[in-house]
Amino acid sequence: MPETQTRQVVELGYAGSERLVMNMGPQHPSAHGVFRMLLTLEGETVVAMDAIIGYLHRCHEKLGETLTYVQYPSIASKTDYVAAMTSELAYVSAVEALGTFEVPRRAQYLRVLVAELQRIASHCLWLGTWCMDMGGALGGGATVFLYCFREREEVLDRLEELTGARLLYGFHQVGGTRYDVPAGWDRKVRDTVAFIERRIDEWEAMLEDNAVFRVRTQGVGVVSRELAQEVGIAGPLLRGSGVDFDLRRDAPYSSYGDFRFRVPVEAAGDCYARYRVRMVEFRESIRIARQVLDGLPEGPISSRPGVKSVGQVRVPKGEAYARVEGARGEVGCYIVSDGGPRPYRMKWRGASFSNLAVLPHIIPGHKVADVVAIMGSVDPVFGEVDR
Amino acid sequence: MTAADAAARIRERFGVEAVVEGSSVTAVLPRERWQEAGGVARRELGCAFFNWLSAVDWKERGLEVVCRVDNLDARLGLTLRTRLDAGAPRCPTLTGVWRGADWMERECYDMFGVVFEGHPDLRRILLSEDWEGHPLRKDYAVDTPHTPYR
Repeated sequence: MPETQTRQVVELGYAGSERLVMNMGPQHPSAHGVFRMLLTLEGETVVAMDAIIGYLHRCHEKLGETLTYVQYPSIASKTDYVAAMTSELAYVSAVEALGTFEVPRRAQYLRVLVAELQRIASHCLWLGTWCMDMGGALGGGATVFLYCFREREEVLDRLEELTGARLLYGFHQVGGTRYDVPAGWDRKVRDTVAFIERRIDEWEAMLEDNAVFRVRTQGVGVVSRELAQEVGIAGPLLRGSGVDFDLRRDAPYSSYGDFRFRVPVEAAGDCYARYRVRMVEFRESIRIARQVLDGLPEGPISSRPGVKSVGQVRVPKGEAYARVEGARGEVGCYIVSDGGPRPYRMKWRGASFSNLAVLPHIIPGHKVADVVAIMGSVDPVFGEVDR
Repeated sequence: MTAADAAARIRERFGVEAVVEGSSVTAVLPRERWQEAGGVARRELGCAFFNWLSAVDWKERGLEVVCRVDNLDARLGLTLRTRLDAGAPRCPTLTGVWRGADWMERECYDMFGVVFEGHPDLRRILLSEDWEGHPLRKDYAVDTPHTPYR
Protein backbone atom coordinates (compact mmCIF):
# COMPACT_ATOMS: atom_id res chain seq x y z
CA MET A 1 0.00 0.00 0.00
CA PRO A 2 1.47 3.37 -0.92
CA GLU A 3 2.53 5.52 1.97
CA THR A 4 -0.02 8.24 1.22
CA GLN A 5 -2.97 5.98 1.91
CA THR A 6 -1.71 4.42 5.09
CA ARG A 7 -1.53 7.86 6.59
CA GLN A 8 -5.24 8.47 5.97
CA VAL A 9 -6.45 5.26 7.58
CA VAL A 10 -8.98 5.96 10.29
CA GLU A 11 -9.09 3.50 13.15
CA LEU A 12 -12.64 2.40 13.86
CA GLY A 13 -12.03 -0.22 16.48
CA TYR A 14 -12.64 -3.05 14.05
CA ALA A 15 -11.72 -6.38 15.52
CA GLY A 16 -11.13 -8.15 12.21
CA SER A 17 -7.74 -8.73 10.76
CA GLU A 18 -7.88 -8.06 7.06
CA ARG A 19 -7.74 -4.84 5.10
CA LEU A 20 -8.47 -4.72 1.42
CA VAL A 21 -7.65 -1.92 -0.96
CA MET A 22 -10.31 -1.70 -3.63
CA ASN A 23 -10.04 0.37 -6.74
CA MET A 24 -13.22 2.07 -7.89
CA GLY A 25 -13.14 3.77 -11.25
CA PRO A 26 -11.95 5.58 -13.24
CA GLN A 27 -14.62 4.19 -15.58
CA HIS A 28 -17.25 3.45 -12.97
CA PRO A 29 -20.80 4.26 -14.08
CA SER A 30 -21.52 6.16 -10.88
CA ALA A 31 -18.51 8.41 -11.36
CA HIS A 32 -20.46 10.63 -13.78
CA GLY A 33 -17.22 11.21 -15.59
CA VAL A 34 -13.77 9.91 -14.98
CA PHE A 35 -12.94 9.60 -11.33
CA ARG A 36 -10.98 7.04 -9.40
CA MET A 37 -11.20 6.17 -5.75
CA LEU A 38 -8.91 3.92 -3.78
CA LEU A 39 -10.98 2.56 -0.96
CA THR A 40 -9.41 0.78 1.98
CA LEU A 41 -11.96 -1.66 3.32
CA GLU A 42 -12.49 -3.63 6.45
CA GLY A 43 -15.23 -5.99 5.49
CA GLU A 44 -17.88 -3.80 3.88
CA THR A 45 -16.79 -0.69 5.70
CA VAL A 46 -14.60 1.95 4.13
CA VAL A 47 -11.86 3.02 6.50
CA ALA A 48 -9.86 5.25 4.16
CA MET A 49 -10.31 6.83 0.81
CA ASP A 50 -7.96 8.44 -1.64
CA ALA A 51 -9.46 10.39 -4.53
CA ILE A 52 -7.59 10.48 -7.82
CA ILE A 53 -8.69 13.20 -10.19
CA GLY A 54 -7.27 14.91 -13.25
CA TYR A 55 -8.38 12.52 -15.99
CA LEU A 56 -10.24 15.34 -17.75
CA HIS A 57 -7.60 18.00 -17.18
CA ARG A 58 -7.22 20.28 -20.20
CA CYS A 59 -5.34 23.10 -18.48
CA HIS A 60 -8.10 25.62 -18.96
CA GLU A 61 -6.18 28.21 -17.00
CA LYS A 62 -3.22 28.12 -19.37
CA LEU A 63 -5.63 28.14 -22.29
CA GLY A 64 -7.24 31.23 -20.81
CA GLU A 65 -3.88 33.01 -20.96
CA THR A 66 -3.51 32.28 -24.67
CA LEU A 67 -7.04 33.22 -25.81
CA THR A 68 -8.43 36.75 -25.95
CA TYR A 69 -11.41 38.07 -24.02
CA VAL A 70 -13.48 37.67 -27.18
CA GLN A 71 -12.42 34.09 -27.80
CA TYR A 72 -12.51 32.53 -24.38
CA PRO A 73 -16.22 32.75 -23.32
CA SER A 74 -17.22 29.92 -25.64
CA ILE A 75 -14.37 27.82 -24.22
CA ALA A 76 -15.45 28.68 -20.67
CA SER A 77 -18.60 26.67 -21.25
CA LYS A 78 -16.43 23.56 -21.49
CA THR A 79 -15.34 23.69 -17.86
CA ASP A 80 -18.72 22.69 -16.45
CA TYR A 81 -20.41 21.26 -19.51
CA VAL A 82 -23.58 20.32 -17.64
CA ALA A 83 -24.19 23.95 -16.66
CA ALA A 84 -22.28 25.77 -19.36
CA MET A 85 -24.15 29.06 -18.99
CA THR A 86 -22.77 29.51 -15.48
CA SER A 87 -19.09 29.40 -16.28
CA GLU A 88 -19.52 31.65 -19.32
CA LEU A 89 -21.25 34.17 -17.10
CA ALA A 90 -18.51 33.99 -14.46
CA TYR A 91 -15.84 34.69 -17.05
CA VAL A 92 -17.57 37.62 -18.75
CA SER A 93 -18.51 39.06 -15.35
CA ALA A 94 -14.85 39.07 -14.33
CA VAL A 95 -13.86 40.84 -17.56
CA GLU A 96 -16.67 43.34 -17.13
CA ALA A 97 -15.57 44.00 -13.55
CA LEU A 98 -12.05 44.77 -14.78
CA GLY A 99 -13.03 47.17 -17.52
CA THR A 100 -15.88 49.59 -17.91
CA PHE A 101 -18.51 47.76 -19.88
CA GLU A 102 -22.13 48.64 -19.71
CA VAL A 103 -24.46 45.68 -19.88
CA PRO A 104 -27.98 46.55 -21.09
CA ARG A 105 -30.88 45.66 -18.83
CA ARG A 106 -32.39 43.28 -21.35
CA ALA A 107 -29.12 41.35 -21.48
CA GLN A 108 -29.00 41.22 -17.67
CA TYR A 109 -32.50 39.74 -17.60
CA LEU A 110 -31.66 37.22 -20.29
CA ARG A 111 -28.56 36.18 -18.35
CA VAL A 112 -30.68 35.42 -15.30
CA LEU A 113 -33.25 33.57 -17.39
CA VAL A 114 -30.73 31.24 -19.01
CA ALA A 115 -28.94 30.74 -15.69
CA GLU A 116 -32.16 29.53 -14.09
CA LEU A 117 -33.14 27.33 -17.04
CA GLN A 118 -29.66 25.88 -16.86
CA ARG A 119 -30.05 25.19 -13.16
CA ILE A 120 -33.27 23.29 -13.86
CA ALA A 121 -31.57 21.22 -16.58
CA SER A 122 -28.57 20.54 -14.39
CA HIS A 123 -30.63 19.50 -11.38
CA CYS A 124 -32.67 17.18 -13.65
CA LEU A 125 -29.47 15.46 -14.69
CA TRP A 126 -28.32 15.22 -11.09
CA LEU A 127 -31.56 13.73 -9.79
CA GLY A 128 -31.84 11.21 -12.60
CA THR A 129 -28.29 9.93 -12.44
CA TRP A 130 -28.19 9.90 -8.67
CA CYS A 131 -31.35 7.82 -8.46
CA MET A 132 -30.01 5.46 -11.08
CA ASP A 133 -26.81 5.07 -9.08
CA MET A 134 -28.86 3.91 -6.16
CA GLY A 135 -30.42 1.59 -8.66
CA GLY A 136 -33.07 -1.04 -8.31
CA ALA A 137 -33.64 -0.05 -4.72
CA LEU A 138 -35.84 2.75 -6.02
CA GLY A 139 -38.43 0.42 -7.46
CA GLY A 140 -37.37 -0.04 -11.01
CA GLY A 141 -33.86 1.06 -11.81
CA ALA A 142 -33.93 3.65 -14.51
CA THR A 143 -37.43 5.03 -13.98
CA VAL A 144 -36.50 8.30 -12.33
CA PHE A 145 -33.51 8.64 -14.63
CA LEU A 146 -35.65 8.48 -17.76
CA TYR A 147 -38.28 10.79 -16.33
CA CYS A 148 -35.66 13.38 -15.50
CA PHE A 149 -34.04 13.12 -18.89
CA ARG A 150 -37.36 13.64 -20.60
CA GLU A 151 -37.83 16.88 -18.67
CA ARG A 152 -34.24 17.97 -19.22
CA GLU A 153 -34.64 17.51 -22.96
CA GLU A 154 -37.44 20.08 -22.92
CA VAL A 155 -35.14 22.66 -21.35
CA LEU A 156 -32.33 21.83 -23.75
CA ASP A 157 -34.75 22.26 -26.65
CA ARG A 158 -35.52 25.78 -25.43
CA LEU A 159 -31.83 26.61 -25.11
CA GLU A 160 -31.23 25.17 -28.56
CA GLU A 161 -33.91 27.44 -29.99
CA LEU A 162 -32.20 30.36 -28.31
CA THR A 163 -28.55 29.66 -29.10
CA GLY A 164 -28.45 26.86 -31.66
CA ALA A 165 -26.64 24.55 -29.26
CA ARG A 166 -27.77 22.04 -26.69
CA LEU A 167 -24.85 21.85 -24.30
CA LEU A 168 -22.09 24.37 -25.01
CA TYR A 169 -23.74 27.63 -25.83
CA GLY A 170 -21.42 30.57 -26.34
CA PHE A 171 -24.36 32.70 -25.27
CA HIS A 172 -22.60 35.28 -23.14
CA GLN A 173 -20.14 37.84 -24.39
CA VAL A 174 -18.42 40.77 -22.78
CA GLY A 175 -20.95 43.60 -22.67
CA GLY A 176 -24.11 41.54 -23.14
CA THR A 177 -25.42 38.41 -24.80
CA ARG A 178 -25.01 37.17 -28.33
CA TYR A 179 -28.56 36.08 -29.08
CA ASP A 180 -31.96 37.60 -28.56
CA VAL A 181 -35.07 35.53 -27.96
CA PRO A 182 -36.78 34.19 -31.07
CA ALA A 183 -40.45 35.00 -31.74
CA GLY A 184 -42.88 33.02 -29.62
CA TRP A 185 -40.10 31.63 -27.43
CA ASP A 186 -41.36 33.01 -24.15
CA ARG A 187 -44.64 31.12 -24.58
CA LYS A 188 -42.71 27.89 -25.04
CA VAL A 189 -40.56 28.56 -21.98
CA ARG A 190 -43.67 29.15 -19.89
CA ASP A 191 -45.14 25.87 -21.09
CA THR A 192 -41.89 24.04 -20.37
CA VAL A 193 -41.55 25.29 -16.81
CA ALA A 194 -45.24 24.59 -16.14
CA PHE A 195 -44.72 21.05 -17.40
CA ILE A 196 -41.65 20.54 -15.22
CA GLU A 197 -43.35 22.03 -12.18
CA ARG A 198 -46.00 19.31 -12.34
CA ARG A 199 -43.32 16.65 -12.73
CA ILE A 200 -41.46 17.76 -9.63
CA ASP A 201 -44.47 16.77 -7.53
CA GLU A 202 -44.40 13.38 -9.21
CA TRP A 203 -40.71 12.83 -8.50
CA GLU A 204 -41.14 13.82 -4.90
CA ALA A 205 -44.06 11.44 -4.47
CA MET A 206 -42.05 8.64 -6.05
CA LEU A 207 -39.00 9.19 -3.89
CA GLU A 208 -40.11 10.54 -0.56
CA ASP A 209 -42.77 7.91 -0.03
CA ASN A 210 -40.20 5.24 -0.79
CA ALA A 211 -38.80 3.76 2.41
CA VAL A 212 -35.73 2.43 0.63
CA PHE A 213 -34.86 5.87 -0.72
CA ARG A 214 -35.13 7.37 2.74
CA VAL A 215 -32.99 4.69 4.34
CA ARG A 216 -30.31 5.12 1.72
CA THR A 217 -30.16 8.90 2.03
CA GLN A 218 -31.16 9.93 5.55
CA GLY A 219 -28.25 10.09 7.95
CA VAL A 220 -25.84 9.09 5.16
CA GLY A 221 -22.85 11.26 4.27
CA VAL A 222 -23.33 13.90 6.94
CA VAL A 223 -21.30 17.07 6.40
CA SER A 224 -21.17 19.26 9.49
CA ARG A 225 -21.60 23.00 9.22
CA GLU A 226 -18.01 23.50 10.25
CA LEU A 227 -16.53 20.99 7.80
CA ALA A 228 -18.66 22.40 5.00
CA GLN A 229 -17.16 25.85 5.41
CA GLU A 230 -13.63 24.69 6.08
CA VAL A 231 -13.48 22.69 2.87
CA GLY A 232 -15.31 25.41 1.00
CA ILE A 233 -18.16 23.33 -0.39
CA ALA A 234 -20.80 25.53 -1.92
CA GLY A 235 -24.28 25.72 -3.32
CA PRO A 236 -26.84 23.06 -2.41
CA LEU A 237 -24.26 21.18 -0.32
CA LEU A 238 -23.50 24.19 1.81
CA ARG A 239 -27.16 25.01 2.26
CA GLY A 240 -27.85 21.34 3.02
CA SER A 241 -25.42 21.68 5.92
CA GLY A 242 -27.30 24.54 7.51
CA VAL A 243 -25.39 27.52 6.13
CA ASP A 244 -27.79 30.14 4.85
CA PHE A 245 -25.79 31.54 1.99
CA ASP A 246 -26.67 32.06 -1.67
CA LEU A 247 -24.73 34.45 -3.87
CA ARG A 248 -27.85 35.34 -5.82
CA ARG A 249 -29.31 36.84 -2.67
CA ASP A 250 -26.25 37.75 -0.60
CA ALA A 251 -24.02 39.22 -3.29
CA PRO A 252 -26.47 39.90 -6.13
CA TYR A 253 -24.93 40.01 -9.59
CA SER A 254 -26.49 40.64 -12.99
CA SER A 255 -30.15 41.50 -12.24
CA TYR A 256 -30.88 39.09 -9.37
CA GLY A 257 -31.72 42.03 -7.14
CA ASP A 258 -34.93 42.53 -9.15
CA PHE A 259 -36.44 39.12 -8.41
CA ARG A 260 -38.06 37.54 -5.40
CA PHE A 261 -37.12 34.00 -4.44
CA ARG A 262 -36.54 31.86 -1.39
CA VAL A 263 -33.23 30.27 -0.40
CA PRO A 264 -33.82 26.77 1.00
CA VAL A 265 -31.70 25.67 3.95
CA GLU A 266 -31.64 22.25 5.60
CA ALA A 267 -29.82 21.56 8.83
CA ALA A 268 -29.26 17.80 8.66
CA GLY A 269 -26.26 17.84 6.29
CA ASP A 270 -26.99 14.36 4.92
CA CYS A 271 -27.79 13.19 1.39
CA TYR A 272 -31.48 13.69 2.01
CA ALA A 273 -30.95 17.31 3.08
CA ARG A 274 -29.01 18.04 -0.11
CA TYR A 275 -31.80 16.39 -2.08
CA ARG A 276 -34.43 18.57 -0.38
CA VAL A 277 -32.46 21.76 -1.05
CA ARG A 278 -32.27 20.98 -4.75
CA MET A 279 -35.95 20.08 -4.99
CA VAL A 280 -36.88 23.48 -3.59
CA GLU A 281 -34.36 25.14 -5.88
CA PHE A 282 -36.16 23.62 -8.87
CA ARG A 283 -39.30 25.48 -7.90
CA GLU A 284 -37.51 28.70 -7.07
CA SER A 285 -35.75 28.64 -10.44
CA ILE A 286 -39.09 28.27 -12.15
CA ARG A 287 -40.38 31.18 -10.11
CA ILE A 288 -37.45 33.38 -11.14
CA ALA A 289 -37.78 32.36 -14.80
CA ARG A 290 -41.43 33.43 -14.77
CA GLN A 291 -40.57 36.78 -13.20
CA VAL A 292 -37.92 37.39 -15.86
CA LEU A 293 -40.38 36.66 -18.64
CA ASP A 294 -42.97 38.93 -17.05
CA GLY A 295 -40.60 41.83 -16.74
CA LEU A 296 -38.28 41.37 -19.72
CA PRO A 297 -37.38 44.93 -20.79
CA GLU A 298 -37.10 46.01 -24.41
CA GLY A 299 -33.83 47.29 -25.76
CA PRO A 300 -30.46 46.15 -27.05
CA ILE A 301 -28.84 42.92 -25.88
CA SER A 302 -25.26 44.09 -26.04
CA SER A 303 -23.43 47.36 -25.53
CA ARG A 304 -20.73 46.40 -28.00
CA PRO A 305 -20.96 46.21 -31.77
CA GLY A 306 -20.38 42.87 -33.47
CA VAL A 307 -16.96 41.33 -33.24
CA LYS A 308 -14.59 42.52 -35.94
CA SER A 309 -11.34 41.23 -34.51
CA VAL A 310 -10.43 38.89 -31.70
CA GLY A 311 -8.36 41.54 -29.94
CA GLN A 312 -11.24 44.00 -29.86
CA VAL A 313 -11.92 43.84 -26.13
CA ARG A 314 -9.25 45.37 -23.94
CA VAL A 315 -9.31 46.02 -20.25
CA PRO A 316 -7.01 48.16 -18.12
CA LYS A 317 -4.29 46.73 -15.92
CA GLY A 318 -5.61 45.23 -12.73
CA GLU A 319 -7.35 42.20 -11.35
CA ALA A 320 -10.87 41.10 -10.54
CA TYR A 321 -12.67 38.16 -9.02
CA ALA A 322 -16.24 37.56 -10.15
CA ARG A 323 -18.44 34.79 -8.82
CA VAL A 324 -21.85 33.45 -9.64
CA GLU A 325 -24.12 30.90 -8.02
CA GLY A 326 -24.05 27.92 -10.35
CA ALA A 327 -26.07 24.74 -10.06
CA ARG A 328 -23.26 23.29 -7.95
CA GLY A 329 -22.36 26.41 -6.01
CA GLU A 330 -19.92 29.24 -6.26
CA VAL A 331 -18.27 29.37 -9.68
CA GLY A 332 -15.64 32.06 -9.65
CA CYS A 333 -13.21 33.48 -12.13
CA TYR A 334 -10.13 35.42 -11.06
CA ILE A 335 -8.45 37.43 -13.81
CA VAL A 336 -5.21 39.38 -13.69
CA SER A 337 -4.83 41.76 -16.61
CA ASP A 338 -1.68 43.43 -17.88
CA GLY A 339 -3.63 45.67 -20.25
CA GLY A 340 -3.38 43.34 -23.24
CA PRO A 341 -6.16 41.61 -25.18
CA ARG A 342 -5.83 38.42 -23.12
CA PRO A 343 -5.53 37.76 -19.39
CA TYR A 344 -2.11 37.60 -17.78
CA ARG A 345 -3.47 34.98 -15.40
CA MET A 346 -6.86 33.36 -15.17
CA LYS A 347 -7.98 31.12 -12.34
CA TRP A 348 -11.15 29.07 -12.14
CA ARG A 349 -12.75 28.42 -8.81
CA GLY A 350 -14.71 25.35 -9.82
CA ALA A 351 -17.54 24.48 -7.47
CA SER A 352 -17.19 20.76 -8.15
CA PHE A 353 -13.49 20.73 -7.22
CA SER A 354 -14.17 22.04 -3.72
CA ASN A 355 -17.32 19.96 -3.36
CA LEU A 356 -15.49 16.79 -4.26
CA ALA A 357 -12.72 17.57 -1.77
CA VAL A 358 -15.15 16.85 1.04
CA LEU A 359 -15.45 13.16 0.10
CA PRO A 360 -12.29 11.91 1.88
CA HIS A 361 -13.62 13.55 5.04
CA ILE A 362 -17.09 11.98 5.01
CA ILE A 363 -16.80 8.61 3.28
CA PRO A 364 -14.69 6.69 5.88
CA GLY A 365 -17.05 4.85 8.19
CA HIS A 366 -19.68 4.17 5.53
CA LYS A 367 -20.41 0.97 3.64
CA VAL A 368 -19.22 0.61 0.05
CA ALA A 369 -22.78 0.88 -1.25
CA ASP A 370 -23.15 4.26 0.45
CA VAL A 371 -20.11 5.62 -1.38
CA VAL A 372 -22.16 5.76 -4.56
CA ALA A 373 -25.08 7.47 -2.85
CA ILE A 374 -22.81 10.04 -1.22
CA MET A 375 -20.89 10.81 -4.38
CA GLY A 376 -24.10 11.24 -6.35
CA SER A 377 -25.44 13.65 -3.74
CA VAL A 378 -22.34 15.81 -4.20
CA ASP A 379 -23.18 16.13 -7.93
CA PRO A 380 -19.64 16.55 -9.26
CA VAL A 381 -19.04 17.40 -12.91
CA PHE A 382 -15.56 16.31 -13.79
CA GLY A 383 -15.02 18.86 -16.46
CA GLU A 384 -15.14 21.41 -13.68
CA VAL A 385 -13.16 19.37 -11.17
CA ASP A 386 -10.26 18.82 -13.54
CA ARG A 387 -10.63 21.89 -15.72
CA MET B 1 -17.53 42.56 11.47
CA THR B 2 -17.51 44.90 8.50
CA ALA B 3 -14.85 45.13 5.81
CA ALA B 4 -13.52 48.32 7.43
CA ASP B 5 -13.24 46.61 10.84
CA ALA B 6 -11.41 43.67 9.29
CA ALA B 7 -9.01 45.97 7.45
CA ALA B 8 -8.32 47.93 10.63
CA ARG B 9 -7.63 44.69 12.53
CA ILE B 10 -5.16 43.53 9.88
CA ARG B 11 -3.36 46.88 9.80
CA GLU B 12 -3.03 46.99 13.55
CA ARG B 13 -1.97 43.35 13.87
CA PHE B 14 0.46 43.05 10.96
CA GLY B 15 1.40 46.62 10.12
CA VAL B 16 0.56 46.11 6.44
CA GLU B 17 -1.81 47.95 4.14
CA ALA B 18 -5.29 46.45 3.78
CA VAL B 19 -7.41 47.67 0.88
CA VAL B 20 -11.18 47.75 1.23
CA GLU B 21 -13.28 47.40 -1.89
CA GLY B 22 -16.99 46.98 -1.30
CA SER B 23 -17.38 44.03 1.06
CA SER B 24 -13.95 42.58 0.41
CA VAL B 25 -10.53 43.25 1.89
CA THR B 26 -7.16 42.57 0.30
CA ALA B 27 -3.92 42.43 2.29
CA VAL B 28 -0.36 41.60 1.28
CA LEU B 29 1.53 39.81 4.02
CA PRO B 30 5.13 38.81 4.53
CA ARG B 31 5.71 35.13 3.94
CA GLU B 32 6.87 34.55 7.52
CA ARG B 33 3.52 35.63 8.91
CA TRP B 34 1.36 33.73 6.38
CA GLN B 35 0.14 31.05 8.78
CA GLU B 36 -0.38 33.57 11.55
CA ALA B 37 -2.48 35.67 9.18
CA GLY B 38 -4.54 32.61 8.30
CA GLY B 39 -5.17 31.96 11.97
CA VAL B 40 -6.21 35.56 12.58
CA ALA B 41 -8.54 35.47 9.55
CA ARG B 42 -10.16 32.28 10.76
CA ARG B 43 -10.47 32.99 14.47
CA GLU B 44 -10.65 36.76 14.80
CA LEU B 45 -12.24 37.82 11.51
CA GLY B 46 -14.59 34.82 11.37
CA CYS B 47 -13.50 33.74 7.89
CA ALA B 48 -14.47 30.08 8.32
CA PHE B 49 -15.17 29.52 4.62
CA PHE B 50 -12.10 28.53 2.63
CA ASN B 51 -12.85 29.65 -0.90
CA TRP B 52 -9.75 29.10 -3.05
CA LEU B 53 -5.98 29.35 -3.15
CA SER B 54 -3.76 29.81 -6.14
CA ALA B 55 -0.71 31.70 -7.39
CA VAL B 56 0.35 34.26 -9.96
CA ASP B 57 3.72 34.07 -11.69
CA TRP B 58 5.28 37.54 -11.89
CA LYS B 59 8.29 36.18 -13.82
CA GLU B 60 11.59 37.56 -12.44
CA ARG B 61 9.73 39.11 -9.49
CA GLY B 62 8.79 35.66 -8.27
CA LEU B 63 5.54 33.90 -7.50
CA GLU B 64 2.73 35.31 -5.45
CA VAL B 65 0.31 33.07 -3.56
CA VAL B 66 -3.27 34.35 -3.44
CA CYS B 67 -5.84 32.97 -1.02
CA ARG B 68 -9.49 33.91 -0.76
CA VAL B 69 -11.54 33.18 2.35
CA ASP B 70 -14.99 34.36 3.37
CA ASN B 71 -16.98 35.17 6.46
CA LEU B 72 -20.37 34.03 5.20
CA ASP B 73 -22.33 35.38 8.15
CA ALA B 74 -20.94 38.90 7.77
CA ARG B 75 -20.80 38.66 3.94
CA LEU B 76 -17.14 39.57 4.13
CA GLY B 77 -14.49 38.42 1.65
CA LEU B 78 -10.80 38.45 2.49
CA THR B 79 -8.00 38.03 -0.04
CA LEU B 80 -4.57 37.29 1.44
CA ARG B 81 -1.48 37.53 -0.73
CA THR B 82 2.15 36.81 -0.14
CA ARG B 83 5.21 37.13 -2.35
CA LEU B 84 7.62 34.20 -2.48
CA ASP B 85 11.34 34.43 -3.13
CA ALA B 86 12.21 34.19 -6.82
CA GLY B 87 13.74 30.85 -7.67
CA ALA B 88 12.76 29.05 -4.48
CA PRO B 89 8.99 29.06 -4.23
CA ARG B 90 8.33 27.85 -0.71
CA CYS B 91 5.30 28.82 1.31
CA PRO B 92 3.98 27.73 4.72
CA THR B 93 0.88 25.57 4.51
CA LEU B 94 -2.60 26.66 5.60
CA THR B 95 -3.87 23.09 6.01
CA GLY B 96 -3.66 23.47 9.78
CA VAL B 97 -6.07 26.39 9.64
CA TRP B 98 -8.56 25.20 7.03
CA ARG B 99 -8.76 21.55 5.97
CA GLY B 100 -9.88 22.72 2.53
CA ALA B 101 -6.41 24.09 1.85
CA ASP B 102 -5.28 20.50 1.24
CA TRP B 103 -6.45 20.08 -2.37
CA MET B 104 -5.98 23.73 -3.29
CA GLU B 105 -2.35 23.67 -2.21
CA ARG B 106 -1.79 20.41 -4.03
CA GLU B 107 -3.16 22.01 -7.19
CA CYS B 108 -0.95 25.06 -6.68
CA TYR B 109 2.08 22.78 -6.24
CA ASP B 110 1.10 20.86 -9.34
CA MET B 111 0.65 23.94 -11.53
CA PHE B 112 3.30 26.30 -10.11
CA GLY B 113 5.71 24.11 -8.17
CA VAL B 114 5.12 25.99 -4.94
CA VAL B 115 6.30 23.78 -2.08
CA PHE B 116 3.91 24.15 0.84
CA GLU B 117 5.97 23.52 3.93
CA GLY B 118 4.18 21.34 6.43
CA HIS B 119 1.53 20.06 4.01
CA PRO B 120 0.69 16.48 5.05
CA ASP B 121 0.38 15.02 1.57
CA LEU B 122 1.97 17.26 -1.04
CA ARG B 123 1.81 15.49 -4.40
CA ARG B 124 0.44 16.30 -7.82
CA ILE B 125 -3.32 16.28 -8.09
CA LEU B 126 -4.40 17.00 -11.68
CA LEU B 127 -1.33 15.93 -13.65
CA SER B 128 0.27 12.53 -13.46
CA GLU B 129 3.09 11.92 -11.01
CA ASP B 130 5.70 11.72 -13.78
CA TRP B 131 4.78 15.02 -15.46
CA GLU B 132 7.73 17.30 -16.07
CA GLY B 133 7.50 20.96 -15.13
CA HIS B 134 4.71 23.11 -13.78
CA PRO B 135 2.46 24.30 -16.62
CA LEU B 136 1.15 27.58 -15.24
CA ARG B 137 4.63 29.01 -14.76
CA LYS B 138 5.33 31.66 -17.35
CA ASP B 139 8.61 29.97 -18.33
CA TYR B 140 6.89 26.66 -19.08
CA ALA B 141 7.44 25.89 -22.74
CA VAL B 142 3.95 25.24 -24.07
CA ASP B 143 5.22 24.25 -27.50
CA THR B 144 7.55 21.52 -26.26
CA PRO B 145 6.34 18.28 -27.77
CA HIS B 146 5.41 15.71 -25.16
CA THR B 147 5.44 12.05 -25.97
CA PRO B 148 1.86 10.92 -26.19
CA TYR B 149 2.56 7.60 -24.48
CA ARG B 150 4.62 6.95 -21.42
